[in-house]
Amino acid sequence: MATKVTMEALSPTMEEGRLVTWSRKEGDAVKTGDVLAEVETDKAIMELVARADGVLLKLLVPEGTAAPVGTLLGVIGAAGEDISVVLSAAKDLLAAPTTAVPAPTAKPDVVLSAAKDPLVPPAAAPVAPGDKQALRSAQGDTGGFNRASPLARRLAGDAGLDIRTIAGSGPGGRIIKRDIEAAMSGVVLSEAKDPLVSSVEKQALRSAPGDNYRDIPLTQIRKTIAKRLAESIGPIPTFYLTAGYDLSKVMELRRAMAELGDDFKVSVNDVILKAVATALAQHPEVNSHWLGDRIRQHDRVHLGMAVATDDGLIVPVIFDAHLKRMKDLSREAKELAKKARERKLKPEEYTGSTFSVSNLGMFGIDQFTAIINPPECSILAIGTASEQVIIQDGAVGTCTVLRVTMSCDHRAIDGAVGAKFMQTLRRMIENPLMLVY
Amino acid sequence: MAKKKADPASVALNRELLRSMLLQRRFEERCAEAYALGKIGGFCHLYIGQEAVSTGTLSMLRPDDYVITTYRDHGQALARGLSARSIMAELFGRSDGCARGKGGSMHLFDKAHNFLGGHGIVGGHIPIATGVGFAIKYRGGDQCIVCFFGEAAINNGAFHEAANMAALWKLPVIYIIENNRYGMGTAIERASSIHDIYERAGSYDMARDVVDGQDVFAVRDVVGRAVERARTQGTPTLLEVRTYRFMGHSMSDAVSGTYRTKAELDQYLKRDPIMLLRQRMQDAGEISEDEMAALDAELKALVQDAWDFADASPELPLEALYEDVLVDTTSDAADAAAR
Amino acid sequence: MAIMTYRDALNAALREELRRDDRVFLMGEEVAVYQGAYKVSKGLLQEFGEMRIVDTPITELGFAGVGVGAAMVGLRPIIEFMTWNFALLALDQIVNAAAKMLYMSGGQYNMPIVFRGPNGAALQLGAQHSQAWESWLAHIPGLKVVAPGTPADAKGLLKAAIRDDNPVMVLEGEMLYNVKGEVPDSSDFVIPLGKAEVKRAGTDASIITYGKMVNIALQAAEVLAKDGVQVEVLDLRTLRPMDVPAIVATVMKTNRAVVLEEGWEVCGMGAQVVDYIQRECFDSLDAPIVRVHQADTPMPYTKSLEKAAKPDLAKTVSALRAVCYLD
Repeated sequence: MATKVTMEALSPTMEEGRLVTWSRKEGDAVKTGDVLAEVETDKAIMELVARADGVLLKLLVPEGTAAPVGTLLGVIGAAGEDISVVLSAAKDLLAAPTTAVPAPTAKPDVVLSAAKDPLVPPAAAPVAPGDKQALRSAQGDTGGFNRASPLARRLAGDAGLDIRTIAGSGPGGRIIKRDIEAAMSGVVLSEAKDPLVSSVEKQALRSAPGDNYRDIPLTQIRKTIAKRLAESIGPIPTFYLTAGYDLSKVMELRRAMAELGDDFKVSVNDVILKAVATALAQHPEVNSHWLGDRIRQHDRVHLGMAVATDDGLIVPVIFDAHLKRMKDLSREAKELAKKARERKLKPEEYTGSTFSVSNLGMFGIDQFTAIINPPECSILAIGTASEQVIIQDGAVGTCTVLRVTMSCDHRAIDGAVGAKFMQTLRRMIENPLMLVY
Repeated sequence: MAKKKADPASVALNRELLRSMLLQRRFEERCAEAYALGKIGGFCHLYIGQEAVSTGTLSMLRPDDYVITTYRDHGQALARGLSARSIMAELFGRSDGCARGKGGSMHLFDKAHNFLGGHGIVGGHIPIATGVGFAIKYRGGDQCIVCFFGEAAINNGAFHEAANMAALWKLPVIYIIENNRYGMGTAIERASSIHDIYERAGSYDMARDVVDGQDVFAVRDVVGRAVERARTQGTPTLLEVRTYRFMGHSMSDAVSGTYRTKAELDQYLKRDPIMLLRQRMQDAGEISEDEMAALDAELKALVQDAWDFADASPELPLEALYEDVLVDTTSDAADAAAR
Repeated sequence: MAIMTYRDALNAALREELRRDDRVFLMGEEVAVYQGAYKVSKGLLQEFGEMRIVDTPITELGFAGVGVGAAMVGLRPIIEFMTWNFALLALDQIVNAAAKMLYMSGGQYNMPIVFRGPNGAALQLGAQHSQAWESWLAHIPGLKVVAPGTPADAKGLLKAAIRDDNPVMVLEGEMLYNVKGEVPDSSDFVIPLGKAEVKRAGTDASIITYGKMVNIALQAAEVLAKDGVQVEVLDLRTLRPMDVPAIVATVMKTNRAVVLEEGWEVCGMGAQVVDYIQRECFDSLDAPIVRVHQADTPMPYTKSLEKAAKPDLAKTVSALRAVCYLD
């Protein structure tokens, strides 16, 4: 039984990959998991591995070729196996790759629209016959979002919740009223059977690991803000808040630490990362994702840090940054930057950030505005630290000032909300002892 | 020899009988035409040939007596005094019909004439007649109810149950079997184990008689005795009135059909009840050719008037669909109204 | 208030209405001399005489028709069927005559008549005597159908039925006749037709039922209460016209419904209730509706099989647990 080697989606956003090198050649025996090729994705160079044991019977794509996800690249099978059927099918596929590769993300919408109007007969539904398999799998993939009680659908609609994102606790995973109520209060009931979960139990569930976020339904005013401002400025109505922070105490801290020895040296950037992570933990409204029909506020801080590479920008993530010591943040930031530059980041290392920081201070940029990395709602742009003349209590003096600009998605974050975060950040940076408070 | 001078009261009565029977005939002839033109729909069962039964029977009743009949009810309705207009409008399905157009040919009702309806289920109305008899007895008084049905109905359980109770409880009910020989297309000999079917009353020890249904006077005579019995003794009677249907069972049935011969029909046509009465009156000098022609013209005009009236009457508005399914009253309301 | 049996409540209703209105009479098999096959008419012959309490031959079609005829000309008959199983013989009078007379006469002849008797199964009476006919009757426009489940409702609904100017079918229960309960003494105690009653309030699930099954529903609610589940029991009382607003209100409140009936599933009353729910409460349902009913078989005589065929407490509890996702 021949197994196809196809272009796999090696990053969350990858639609096409370039086959950089074949690691094996035709006729080689391979085992499941053996690296067959290196593939350049939109983010990194990844390894493509064998999905079966056997002999690499055929390589169909020469090195350097870009191919859409799903393209047949080669065939693994038993030695001497007739693979002509597979290959002839592949020709058809190659001739019309788009039909062979249904864009997975589009399918749920099709299902939804088909499900919305029960009066449209199946034949008239806007789904090509060839898509039926995709439809079925899409339904399965979404956890059977069609299985929701009518009440649950209505409540979800009223609350502005996307029912596809809610796990059902009824029979066969049916989403029922209690699941919507749970989603509204930030609790996910996965296996709960009792329809009358006590508030104590709900409390317990709320503190369970792995669910450290809550979805905030959009209020009418929030919906209006989102709509009106998006009409004003692009799809993400961004505004900017700039502040100058006095780094005097950070400098003192660096000096004091440096006196303890090389092992204890900290950079301004390390302090900033620590301060941002700590401040974000206090401002989940900023540590949030815009999900179209709701805002997801995260309790955990997964801090993205923009890294420039020769190929372009990539944003590796320091997970649970709010829980990490400055020393660990410092080390992890350096490691990630190195991997990024070497294009060794794995997809899981550059996805999932809840907030990002971009630092162009080393380039001598006084201040700049960074572009939000959706679905995040804000990003912090760090400029260079420079000595400035200040007047304090009537006396003229100097101090080192760091100019920081926060870009905010106005759909989720209002000016005052961003400003409060910037205020917290100021307290952290201007009084670094707050970081250990 | 000079003709004996007729009794004026008798002459007037005979003219009324003739008029009643001829009206039914002229009315139903136009019904056939209206049916052919699509003005009457559904089932339509003509009574032509049996007019002496309706006229003979109902001419013996008082207005406060009751009448209930089958789906072949146009003749009895006219003989009972319902207006030709209200009946034709009912047949046309119009709002001025005697049941507002909701009943149709088979369901003519008129409370003002104590005409308790044409009923469409063979035998189904016979127990109802018994119930009316029960109510008469319950309230006291000397009313009676006449219940018409065909000879085919006597084989059905409802007839026996109803007849038994009427005899058992001594109720003033007159059951008139209009024996026109055919239950739809099945001859009586093919449906009943006995052929003198009035004898069935013997099972219930009920008064009974058989009479020539083409002779209106003979019908009046036996019905008169039955009415008297009901009024004075409160007991029921079963009358077999032998008649003949000159038309098919319904409009979809050929006049002679497969179940009877043209020769048989021709034989009975010689005993047309209207012709027999007219002949008798002419022989007695009670009506001249001119008077006969004038009467016929008058009745034809009356039927034409009914037709025009029905044609002009509107159908009920759509909102009437849900009217008269239930009444929105209780005995409290009725009592209040009575007070 | 007096504590009395369902049988005595019916007897009181008959007696009071016979006294109140001399157009009212009772007719049926064994209602007079025998004092009623189930003694519902006990003592009435003695008080009202043989013209108003009338024994009939065994002729359901015949005496049903007698009732129809009497009603057409102004009396107010109460026709007793020894059981509704026998009333099938009278269906022509009920369906073709009583239900349609007003309509096909263009509004001239209304039908102030009551047909009443025990409905449904008792114990081991076998296939022909153990049937619930309410869905047959409630199917017919022109009829009203009531099914009292308690002594008080039996009195109030029968009195309302007798006073109503339309044909009303009163479905009693042989197994109910000995059930005791509080019954208002007043001769003016009348329960309006078409009004359901919440027999027990609850928040977590609704059980919609009527007649004999009301007691089962109340027992089931008690069982569920031990698990902390509050079941609302809605007694329809009148099956036609049905109190749809009451059904909607309870389902909107609890979002879950069990429909309990004595009869068969296919085209049963419950199917109609479910239809009203899906029509009016679709967006309030949190679980599929579950119906509890008799097994889809003629009723067996065999004791254990009969028990298996009937809707009972265990099946009702199980259905309630199912709609609450408890199992």
